[in-house]
Amino acid sequence: MASRERPLSPHLQVYKWQVQMVTSILHRATGVVLVVGLLAMVWGLMALAGGPDRWEAFAACVGAPFGQVVLFGFSWALAYHLFNGIRHLVQDAGYGWSIPAFVRSSWISVIGSLLLVVVVWSIVLARWGQA
Amino acid sequence: MNGSNELRTPLKRAMGLGSAKDGTGHFMWQRVTAVALVLVGAYLLGMLLGLGGADYERARAIVSSPFNATLLAAFLIAASWHAKLGLQVVIEDYLHTPLLAGAAHLANIFICALAAIGGVLAIVRIALGS
Repeated sequence: MASRERPLSPHLQVYKWQVQMVTSILHRATGVVLVVGLLAMVWGLMALAGGPDRWEAFAACVGAPFGQVVLFGFSWALAYHLFNGIRHLVQDAGYGWSIPAFVRSSWISVIGSLLLVVVVWSIVLARWGQA
Repeated sequence: MNGSNELRTPLKRAMGLGSAKDGTGHFMWQRVTAVALVLVGAYLLGMLLGLGGADYERARAIVSSPFNATLLAAFLIAASWHAKLGLQVVIEDYLHTPLLAGAAHLANIFICALAAIGGVLAIVRIALGS
């Protein structure tokens, strides 16, 4: 078959940024990040199964400033993927397909995930501080 | 093209080579695992909020309760499966050379399977207290 340059569809950089586009890109990006988060969770469970010393070593890594930043990143990625995943399930069921509904639900994913992470971290830090 | 094939139409040559016939399973399982993860994830979030600390004894006690152990294992299996399906699509979208794509698909399946097996085994060890 003849091989020649085919016209390509325009790529991301030619479009004006819109929130629906950001939520779509973020859903994939957070999904990839969460695979690493899943491996970290398995690491933690293996450390817990391995005895007090290994658990302490794991807790020290997670408790270090860098570990806390990474953990915060994982928790937001999970919250975002959760909110936006529910949004996709609703859309799969056939609801929310008008353009204003798309924009509104996109903002709910972004703002809702940020709120959830702030609330969860506030509760955990407050309770664990007392313990 | 060689002479013996030239009477076949391009459609005839393409048929059977794509994966259009079995994409539904991927779509369905991605959503089934998604719903499972929403439900189990909500329970685990509640568990985390009620925890109040993560010292060794307390963490062991939480994970070894039969109900928690069951749902943690369910979460790991659903999450690994969901991760495998999602990464598969990312690989299909961005890697086009057969060798690289094949290696990435294999690595994806192996890593997600190992995550599920390793995580569930760790939960079983904790739950049985060994």
